[in-house]
Amino acid sequence: MERARSITKKIGAISFSLLSPNEIRKMSATKVITADTYDDDGFPIAMGLMDPRLGVVEPGLRCKTCGLRVGKDKCPGHFGHIDLAMPVIHVGLVKSIRDSLRASCRGCGKILLTEKQRQEYMDELKKYKSEGRDPTFVLKQIIKESVKAEKCPYCDREVGKIELDKPTSIRENGKKLTPSEVREWLEKIPDEDLPLLDIDVRSARPEWMVLTVLPVPPVTVRPSVTLESGERSEDDLTHKLVDVIRINQRLQENRDAGAPQLIVEDLWELLQYHITTYLDNQTSGIPPARHRSGRPLKTLAQRLKGKEGRFRSNLSGKRVNFSARTVISPDPNLSINEIGVPIQIARELTIPIKVTTHNIDWCKNLIRQKVEMSDDPDQYRPGVNYVIRETEGMKQRIKITEKNAEDVAEKLEIGGIIERQLMNGDLSLFNRQPSLHRMSMMAHRVKVVPNKTFRFNLSVCPPYNADFDGDEMNLHLLQGEEAQAEAEILMKVQENILSPRFGGAIIGGIHDHISGCFLLTHQNKKISYDDASHILSAIKYEGKTPNIIEENGNRYMSGKDIFSTLLPDDLNLEYRAKTCLNCEVCTAPKCPNDAHVIIKKGILKQGTVDENSIGAFKGKILDRIIRDHGMDAGRSFIDNVTRMGINSITLFGFTTSIDDEDIPEEAKRQIQEGLEKAMNKIRSLVKAYENNELESLPGRSIEETLEMEIMRVTGRARDMAGEIAGKHLGLNNSAVIMAKSGARGSMLNLSQMSGCVGQQAVRGERIHRGYQYRTLPHFKKGDLGARAKGFVASCYKTGLTPTEYFFHSMGGREGLVDTAVRTSRSGYMQRRLINALEDVKVENDGTVRHSGGQIIQFIYGEDGIDPARSTNGNAVDINRIITDIKEGI
Amino acid sequence: MAKTIEKKQLDILHHKLVPLHLVLSEKEREEFLKNFKITPDQLPKILNTDPVAIYIDAKPGQIVKIIRKSHTAKEAVAYRLVVESNE
Repeated sequence: MERARSITKKIGAISFSLLSPNEIRKMSATKVITADTYDDDGFPIAMGLMDPRLGVVEPGLRCKTCGLRVGKDKCPGHFGHIDLAMPVIHVGLVKSIRDSLRASCRGCGKILLTEKQRQEYMDELKKYKSEGRDPTFVLKQIIKESVKAEKCPYCDREVGKIELDKPTSIRENGKKLTPSEVREWLEKIPDEDLPLLDIDVRSARPEWMVLTVLPVPPVTVRPSVTLESGERSEDDLTHKLVDVIRINQRLQENRDAGAPQLIVEDLWELLQYHITTYLDNQTSGIPPARHRSGRPLKTLAQRLKGKEGRFRSNLSGKRVNFSARTVISPDPNLSINEIGVPIQIARELTIPIKVTTHNIDWCKNLIRQKVEMSDDPDQYRPGVNYVIRETEGMKQRIKITEKNAEDVAEKLEIGGIIERQLMNGDLSLFNRQPSLHRMSMMAHRVKVVPNKTFRFNLSVCPPYNADFDGDEMNLHLLQGEEAQAEAEILMKVQENILSPRFGGAIIGGIHDHISGCFLLTHQNKKISYDDASHILSAIKYEGKTPNIIEENGNRYMSGKDIFSTLLPDDLNLEYRAKTCLNCEVCTAPKCPNDAHVIIKKGILKQGTVDENSIGAFKGKILDRIIRDHGMDAGRSFIDNVTRMGINSITLFGFTTSIDDEDIPEEAKRQIQEGLEKAMNKIRSLVKAYENNELESLPGRSIEETLEMEIMRVTGRARDMAGEIAGKHLGLNNSAVIMAKSGARGSMLNLSQMSGCVGQQAVRGERIHRGYQYRTLPHFKKGDLGARAKGFVASCYKTGLTPTEYFFHSMGGREGLVDTAVRTSRSGYMQRRLINALEDVKVENDGTVRHSGGQIIQFIYGEDGIDPARSTNGNAVDINRIITDIKEGI
Repeated sequence: MAKTIEKKQLDILHHKLVPLHLVLSEKEREEFLKNFKITPDQLPKILNTDPVAIYIDAKPGQIVKIIRKSHTAKEAVAYRLVVESNE
């Protein structure tokens, strides 16, 4: 079969083998017999765990085996060995030991298969091998088959039942086998039978799975550290090896002295325990070995395994240079593709610049640049931290100081490299963890700013999911022209405004930007000439002045006209604003709420600008500008809209407080009445249920029907309270403006504050658990009424009664637990998905293939459409084309 | 070993969840491989014991063209290489 042939870079083979006792002794630099490490003078004891023949860790000292030092010469360290008094089973290999024992005869060591079976399986294995297929299946089959045998087909010996008693003991017919017995047995298995046990004769013998010699890793693997107090602290591995040697010694002495069998066996068991924990300290079934402080030791397996193990934390992931991390804070005056970098960081981070004939003078000047410790970003001039010179093939890195600056500058040659400090306009990558999508890492242009935080425009908070309650973010600097060009084309913020998920904008105006534009454009707001100039100054507007209205000798401008200065001249749009109330009879285009937006030739004729115009996800104007005028125009539109919004809102003034939720006494009474009615309704429902008069809904039991009905009534009661409260909260109310314009909060939030909080639920049902037959002792047993089952009739403003408060906390707690569980679970799911898909990509011919060239999809997504360039998943926006044609554009 | 199913039992090819499977002719096969610039082993696989493969009598080494309904495009075409089953 030609299945696996075409993989471009294929690993030929990986082979795992066991170290034989002879090999261990051969590679050993010394036998280790003393459990002590250092003598009283602080010198390592010969044939101890820190024997200098095992390598050296202190700089300057020479290794006694190879004569090299640590630093420059790099003595890699050398293994030692411990001769075990009695053999010990290797925990990592018990399963293979068990299988080998099960499949072989204790008498003659042969595999328990008849000559015929044996030949068949051998042929099968050969066939698999020649076809390059995975033979695991056959190997399992062999073991299964040979376990069935009752008598050895060769020596007629009865076959015992082998059981593995986790973690390391093996029993035959219920009788425990000592490791020595196991080893003797394994020794008998002939070489010819090993392939049937999945053992390659060249790389291992089964008896090597039972240890007789233990390799001692070099000191470089387990360096001891000297504490400030001068005390030495040893590595966990050394501690464990000390235990092994100590017990090994006692075992030997006892055995040689002819101690009772019982004592020898106990010590043997103890040696087994220490070696097991030395290899893996999380073996199930045995208590983990602990440090004196009670902390479990980190032994061999723990060094490699899991997230903090060698693979995931040192090999797949590494720490990087040319990066910075600090707290973030907002700066509405920066463009969305800028990032404010503190002077201190800018002075530390560098970008390499190659010296050429064109820039040599400039480079020399940079080197001579005096580093001024000023906090004023206008005074900031980038200097040079290092100069890299190549002389006779040797790279030299020279640190620039005030003293040598002039000298180095003079000697600068073409072809050298200077490591220049950051300056405005440098491209950098900005990232916030968890990096859940590609917008979590975008390219920003550096702007050097004072103080100590990274600063960026508020509009880019949503893609990073950042807020300013102490969040920190990372900055990375691109060290090559190629990387910079790639980031410039693919990663800049404006290239990421459109989400690759559905093709809509995910960066747009938020919060105050929306409130500001709402205030500016709602109804026919007239703004005095002075104020208008102030707002326009925010966007550095240069162009035709908007219409000036003369009234009573005062000059005004219309808010809509001011906003129109941001719009391109060819913009034509008509849509419903967020403020739209969905009236039963729509009177558009003449909407009394000013919720029908009409833009003609770049002039906002009517309608209010709110979330549906400039917000992320929904902003129609934003979407159209990006589609028609490109990403850069989109970027400058967002920049300007945010500035104009903020200037307007600061000019008009905007504040919200708890009295925004004040409603008149009359309204409160109405709400009370409504709630009372709802309670009565529930009471009558319960009564009907108790009298068995309730008719069940299709597919529901009577109880379920009652619950559903009650939930419906409580839901309606809350909506009613909200409606009454909403009627009294008009658009002169800041909280309402925020909710209606889509800036922040919802009418539901407001109605919970001023009307009624509503039914609390746990797992989608009314609260029913707690005490026997009741939720709390405040209620009668069997009470099915509204208040007894978690209905909160109060509003947040007046405050909750104690029982209501308790129910509310129950509902709230469920929410918290849900989010915690969801994030951890979806995180792991995502990790597995990413690992499975990481090297799948779209090729130039539109096919989706993985790294081996295997085709996964013949056309990407079956339609070949890039969702980031689509309109809600469709390649063509038919509606748009139709309207455009109708309008004759 | 290819199982044989009584064809008259139930015609699975007409089930609404079974998309249209077609065996490519030798000429079509060549053309297809040339168009995509691939070797047959880069294709997704279908076992020769797959019920549909048995029905349309696809032999190992042949390529099957599958035309399915798709959410994104109305119709999506996929190709699979028929391979011999292990059993």
